[in-house]
Amino acid sequence: MRPVIQVSAVRKTYGSTLAVDEVSFEVNEGEIFGLIGPNGAGKTTTMECIEGLRTPDRGTISVLGLDPFNDVYKLQERIGVQLQQAQLQKRIKVWEAVDLWASLYHKDAIDGERLLEQLGLIDKRNAWFMTLSGGQKQRLFIALALINDPEVVFLDELTTGLDPQARRAIWDLVRGIRERGKTVFLTTHLMEEAERLCDRVAIIEHGRIIDIDTPQSLVNRHCPERTVVLATNDLTAVERFRTIPQVEAITCTDSQFTIRGRGDDLVTEVIHCLSENRIRVTDFRTILPNLEDVFLKLTGHPIRD
Amino acid sequence: MLRGLWKLTWIEIKIFLREPLGAFGTIGIPVLVFVVTGRIVGHSLAPASLAASSFIGAGLPVLASVLIAISAVLSLVTIISIYREGGILKRLRATPLRPQTILTAHVIVKLLLTTATLALMVLAGKRYYPVGIHAPLLGFTMALLISTCSILSIGFLIASIVPTARFAQPIGAVIMYPMIAVSGLFVPIGSLPPPLQSVARVVPLTYTVSLLEGIWRGDAWSEHVGDVSALVVVFIVCMALSAKVFRWE
Repeated sequence: MRPVIQVSAVRKTYGSTLAVDEVSFEVNEGEIFGLIGPNGAGKTTTMECIEGLRTPDRGTISVLGLDPFNDVYKLQERIGVQLQQAQLQKRIKVWEAVDLWASLYHKDAIDGERLLEQLGLIDKRNAWFMTLSGGQKQRLFIALALINDPEVVFLDELTTGLDPQARRAIWDLVRGIRERGKTVFLTTHLMEEAERLCDRVAIIEHGRIIDIDTPQSLVNRHCPERTVVLATNDLTAVERFRTIPQVEAITCTDSQFTIRGRGDDLVTEVIHCLSENRIRVTDFRTILPNLEDVFLKLTGHPIRD
Repeated sequence: MLRGLWKLTWIEIKIFLREPLGAFGTIGIPVLVFVVTGRIVGHSLAPASLAASSFIGAGLPVLASVLIAISAVLSLVTIISIYREGGILKRLRATPLRPQTILTAHVIVKLLLTTATLALMVLAGKRYYPVGIHAPLLGFTMALLISTCSILSIGFLIASIVPTARFAQPIGAVIMYPMIAVSGLFVPIGSLPPPLQSVARVVPLTYTVSLLEGIWRGDAWSEHVGDVSALVVVFIVCMALSAKVFRWE
């Protein structure tokens, strides 16, 4: 896999505020790469530097072998962009926007009508922008980002403000973009979105990248804890659980046991112990750490602050 | 550079017409001012009165034309600031569209609007205006377009510095309308108190009024080289300044 985006030691300040500090990472061809972090962490600034909309104070950026600052028009021919909280003219019709965008690129645009159909907007082609719902607006922005058949697609906080159903529909669309062989670079402050959608994520806070990897590897690396919660009336059970090597702590309230330990094997070992000793359980569930826990561990505070 | 210009211009015209109130305000009001005031003045003053005939003969048509240009400019200022606040300018800029193309499209829309309103005014005038219209219309249209370009450049400067869309219209109006008072339309520049005379000399509207009145009366363009040059200078200075301070977001 060759990198299509290379960011090296980028720094950007607004007045005395340091927005992005020594940020470096690479995005590979064909992957969905997510820049995740709380609001104000520097996600949008980083993305807009890569898109050529802002100039970094320091550092180098290369996208598809181009310098976003000096080759901005060449670059814009080959990338698709969706901006955070963008609007269009209130009374522009859906088809007019698609038609205008299609006319802006030198290479042949893809069929706008088909694109609207694929994005479920064909019924709305004559509707004014201002009459669209939040989800429809975002789908239109995706259409505009795809109209020039770009090699890299940038999506900034794509599902913010959407209800869960619309959000899931958008996720499917983004996966569809990857299946067409395109690279997707997205930002989100929703850990669930990153976990479900991204092949790799970079966690950013206060303008610095804290760690980069696949969501699963990040969880394994930073949060190896596993928790099993089960309910049983068997009073001898607690002694049996203590013999499992991975177990670190057991708490018990009434008939409910919470078993904490680390490593992927914990759950298997607990199940094994239950069946070997024929312990009857009335409830059994596991609590696995996720990116949200990784963020809490790395920064000391939850992402929802 | 021209890629997307005509399509964007055409879409902006359609969008403008889809907002009936805004379209009526910018097109209708100058025409109404022209016809209604003309009839009131024409009826109430003795036809032989020198002031009345001078006002109806050139003053009022020029006032109405200046109103056309100013309302075009105010509408430009408002649109630019709404587009900036809504992120529309930024979204357009994240395409191969050149910034100049986006702004040029808006200027073309406003110039077309100015021409259309002027045409409407002349048509209404032929039917309802007390003394009829006997001006060199082609030359006058040219003069109005040059003036509008010049005032539009001031509009861009205002659009560059207004903080939010809500203030765009009032700030634009506060800057634009007082210029009419010292522009020589109502009181000849020579009769103004000296401090105001110096103000009048730097107000671009003064040259607009002088040019429009002259062409309306049938002057040759060669008599107004000074006015045209002043308007061109205003255009260049304001465009250069706005290029420096213009904010896309």
